[in-house]
Amino acid sequence: MNIRAVHAIYAFEMHRWGRTLMQSIVSPVLSTSLYFVVFGAAIGSRIAQIDGVPYGAFIVPGLVMLMLLTESTSNAAFGIYFPRFTGTIYELLSAPISPFEIALGYVGAAATKSVILGLIILATASLFVPLRIAHPFWMIGFLVLTAITFSLFGFIIGIWADGFEKLQIIPLLVLTPLTFLGGTFYSINMLPQPWHTVTLFNPIVYLISGFRWSFYEISDVNVGVSFAMTLGFLTVCLVVIWWIFKTGYRIKA
Amino acid sequence: MKAIISIKGVNKTYASGHVALKTVNLDIREREIFALLGPNGAGKTTLISIICGIVNPSGGEILVDGMDIARDYRAVRALIGLVPQELSTDMFETVWATVSFSRGLFGKPSNPAYVEKVLRDLSLWDKKDSRIMTLSGGMKRRLLIAKALAHEPRILFLDEPTAGVDVELRKDMWQIVRGLRDSGVTVILTTHYIEEAEEMADRIGVITKGELILVQDKVELMRKLGKKQLTLELQKPLDALPPSLSRYQLELRPGGSTLVFTYDTQAERTGITALLSDMREAGIGFKDLATSQSSLEDIFVDLVRQSQ
Repeated sequence: MNIRAVHAIYAFEMHRWGRTLMQSIVSPVLSTSLYFVVFGAAIGSRIAQIDGVPYGAFIVPGLVMLMLLTESTSNAAFGIYFPRFTGTIYELLSAPISPFEIALGYVGAAATKSVILGLIILATASLFVPLRIAHPFWMIGFLVLTAITFSLFGFIIGIWADGFEKLQIIPLLVLTPLTFLGGTFYSINMLPQPWHTVTLFNPIVYLISGFRWSFYEISDVNVGVSFAMTLGFLTVCLVVIWWIFKTGYRIKA
Repeated sequence: MKAIISIKGVNKTYASGHVALKTVNLDIREREIFALLGPNGAGKTTLISIICGIVNPSGGEILVDGMDIARDYRAVRALIGLVPQELSTDMFETVWATVSFSRGLFGKPSNPAYVEKVLRDLSLWDKKDSRIMTLSGGMKRRLLIAKALAHEPRILFLDEPTAGVDVELRKDMWQIVRGLRDSGVTVILTTHYIEEAEEMADRIGVITKGELILVQDKVELMRKLGKKQLTLELQKPLDALPPSLSRYQLELRPGGSTLVFTYDTQAERTGITALLSDMREAGIGFKDLATSQSSLEDIFVDLVRQSQ
């Protein structure tokens, strides 16, 4: 294991993050906080409680999840796409480092950033809404696992993409709608049939439900199922990455 | 001399069906400067990319210091530094950060003193805190060399190191490469500038259309293929060569007033004195004479033409 190389990539990526502080921290924190201000402090009091949780607090886990999914994906995607775009990937490919170690460096950095962002947003949220965390360990567990999973997913997107446009397509056109429709703003039990059943095919539902359970002990689906779905998606991403490096897909001629 | 790189039957066909390399066999000796000379698209970069692990070969085997490049990729790649043809850099990083990054990527513990030495050797020290995007083209080229040297490689690949570099800087680059060789590094460079190969290399390999058509010691190559010619401007045009001169390798140029004598510089006697006295006897006078030696360029053009 070339620990120094993993560390070099990790440090490089974290440094890139520090350099673009406005865009990588301020912007996601600010845009997510707007929801707390509007739904929590402003109109939240006029909306009925859901399962005994004030509306402003109810939407926090879903919103953190939304940020976690989109930031992890686009961050990791950009991290590996940029060297491909500028040509500096030659150095990664010619270095004494295994594909696993390359992925570890990029995914590790992207996941770290997302977890830090998630915690900042939670801290911000607590200023506006009555936040309560029933199971802190599970909360951190879901946070970290989701960050890793979607950073892996982003890494795959970054290798698949052949233009900057494609980097943004998945977070904007797939993840954001699925998160909005996956129970961020409502409990899916409030949906009439057949929409309730249809929604169960949205994988994001399981992520949000499990995460919200760790806060308020209320969930749309069983928390064990949520956890299993998270691990399942993590496994799929790992297999795809293993295949990418085995075949050299889009990396090696 | 010991071969540090041994290439056996390596070939490459890209997914598009383009055959970039036919079967290539080549040994690179330790501590030599080897120039891979060939026109654009000959397969130079493909061959280098295969050795460095950027392109997968379609077949064949490559040993570096006795180790297989695929099986022992960690040990092999730690020995090799690569300076790519394109000026690919992390524009927003500083010189110091990017060179230190390269060292870490190759698994070496941080060593600021060594990085400083590399930057000083390449006249980049006063730019160490500058962002790469502010550097000139020549500095970026030297920066790529610094990155390639950051992990103290024993073998350095330079892909077209002086492409788009002005004359002054090219000479500096040659100086740097010689310095590296003297410090014990084996250097393999690709170029399509004949002048560069002639100036720098210990040995030259000529590659064209994916085939290595010749590998030879530069001096030997120049000697073997280096013809010398004596050109005589005659006082009066000749219709044909007189029979008394038929034993010489002479060519009468169209017009009949220029006579070209080709001779071997390595032979004991060049035959020039004999020719001149025979000419005098035959009553042929000349008003001017010049000698010229074929350059590597002429040799190269001949070779590439022959192989087509």
